[in-house]
Amino acid sequence: MWNYERRLQFPVKITQPNAKLAQVIISQYGGPDGEMGASMRYLSQRYAMPYNEVAGLLTDIGTEELAHLEMVATIVHQLTKNLSMEEIENSGFANYYVDHTIGIWPQAAGGVPFNANQFQSKGDPITDLVEDMAAEQKARSTYDNILRLIHDQEVCEPIRFLRAREIVHFQRFGEGLRIVQDNLDSKNFYAFNPAFDRCKN
Amino acid sequence: MNPKMSTEQENMLHNIGVVGFVALEMALYLDTHPTDREAMEYFNHYMRLKNQMTQEYANKFGPLTLSVADNSSKEWKWALQPMPWEGGC
Repeated sequence: MWNYERRLQFPVKITQPNAKLAQVIISQYGGPDGEMGASMRYLSQRYAMPYNEVAGLLTDIGTEELAHLEMVATIVHQLTKNLSMEEIENSGFANYYVDHTIGIWPQAAGGVPFNANQFQSKGDPITDLVEDMAAEQKARSTYDNILRLIHDQEVCEPIRFLRAREIVHFQRFGEGLRIVQDNLDSKNFYAFNPAFDRCKN
Repeated sequence: MNPKMSTEQENMLHNIGVVGFVALEMALYLDTHPTDREAMEYFNHYMRLKNQMTQEYANKFGPLTLSVADNSSKEWKWALQPMPWEGGC
């Protein structure tokens, strides 16, 4: 189960609305490398992880991703909440506005809705962890791209925090992969799937 | 700056964020290094601090978690506090 802490992991206090930026940043809410996919990926994969430390890691990082999802939503919310009708019409935000007003809905920057095909839960620990490491790098690249588009310090700071977390998670998943491999036959890591095949060692 | 919050409240919330972050960082590290005693002591220290500070914050301003939502006032403060996305954090 989960408990909610009524605070953000890192403060978000944005005073200037900016619909163009909101449309870009929402990709980290429901886009292909966004926080929704990240949390669902790790929290789904953990059931097929036979090693406790790594199942715990997937749980803890998956949980932290939910806190990131909340931060991204907060950024989009604060960037859009005081928009005038003129700003909505002139910023290209009208396409989002017509379906969602200024509510938060998981989509990519290009308008593509969130889809579970944006992540995999393969039921094979090596496959899943290699995907997780790639996912952290893809999210890091997306935050890098977002940072090149931002000139407002109030938006930069929480995005920089989120970017740094991707790097830490990549490191931890690398250690998780090493733990998995330490439990397998070093002559052939792929001899069997420890989450499925019965023959062990 | 959140106009609904005093400087004292903002500072306390900021400090809870700082010690909470250290505790989380240590927890992720310990997940893959579960026998590192020094890291465990580090985690214990910061988690204790965080719990203390969360309790103090609850006494002064209201609960951040349901585990410290017990209060003797007449209203259910958990529901009445600003939400984090409204600048409550």
